[in-house]
Amino acid sequence: MNQYIVLRVVSKLMIPVIMIFALYVQFHGEYSPGGGFQAGIVFTAAFIVYTLLFGLEAAQKAIPPKAAHILAAAGVLLFIAFGYAAMFLGGNFLEYKVLLPNDQAGETFGIIGIELGVGITVATVALSLFYSFAGRERR
Amino acid sequence: MTFLVVVGIAIVRVRNLLAVTMLTGIYSLLVAMLFVLLDAVDVALTEAAVGAGLLVILMLATISLTTRKEKVHATRQSLMALVVVTITGAALVYATLDMPRFGDPEAPAHVHLSPRFTQESPTEIGIPNMVTSVLASYRGMDTLGEAVVIFAAAVGVLLVLGTGTVRRRRDPEGEKSGEASEQS
Repeated sequence: MNQYIVLRVVSKLMIPVIMIFALYVQFHGEYSPGGGFQAGIVFTAAFIVYTLLFGLEAAQKAIPPKAAHILAAAGVLLFIAFGYAAMFLGGNFLEYKVLLPNDQAGETFGIIGIELGVGITVATVALSLFYSFAGRERR
Repeated sequence: MTFLVVVGIAIVRVRNLLAVTMLTGIYSLLVAMLFVLLDAVDVALTEAAVGAGLLVILMLATISLTTRKEKVHATRQSLMALVVVTITGAALVYATLDMPRFGDPEAPAHVHLSPRFTQESPTEIGIPNMVTSVLASYRGMDTLGEAVVIFAAAVGVLLVLGTGTVRRRRDPEGEKSGEASEQS
């Protein structure tokens, strides 16, 4: 891939922008369209572009498949943890308003937390799906 | 809408799977534009990212693993199938006649829970984007199920296809045979 200088330069310029946009979609989801699901996919898209240009081995050096699997489970667990945290503070499962003294702040905090969990899960699941498709050799 | 129909027919007719994959991406983008026109920006973002981005990449990966041409089977055109499809389609079209008009404020979907969500959620949750507050708070359990389904899908694919870890090829026998052939 070293000979395609235009592709390399453009992708090096674009990949950070795509990743920042993914984070914007993630954490600005309360004010504008978006949320964990969309952010996860956009983040993975940046990674797939990197893989297409620099090869699977370089990408797996950045995020090894094993780390992706662990993070996928961690995202779901983060979601569930917020549910149980609400339970231990006296509310129902996933009733966020008990998390913080102010009702609105508690709801917002809970939503941001579970959206983060969803985002992590979606991004790493999509990434490991891509790895397992791309890592197979043609027979 | 017309473009959607044209692309849909093209997807069915074209035999080159690479072209079909590209057309699927175009179809997703068109659907996303339709969603934007209907003010469903959240759904449009998802459709554009998943349908036009990730899905096409995964299909391309599959095609590169399998084959690029669709096998053409010479099947008999069954008259019975045509009759069934026509009757079902007619029934569906007939059912749409009963639906309320688009944007009708008296529609059942707009008088039951929607007023509560649209009027109470800004004060109750304190978040301007109602889609997020409905998704994550009122319907939190659904979203949890969604996340678990995605995770389960990944587990299934990983079990079937393997993890895709890149292994350096260290095949001692292969190297030896290569050397042997060079020497000879």
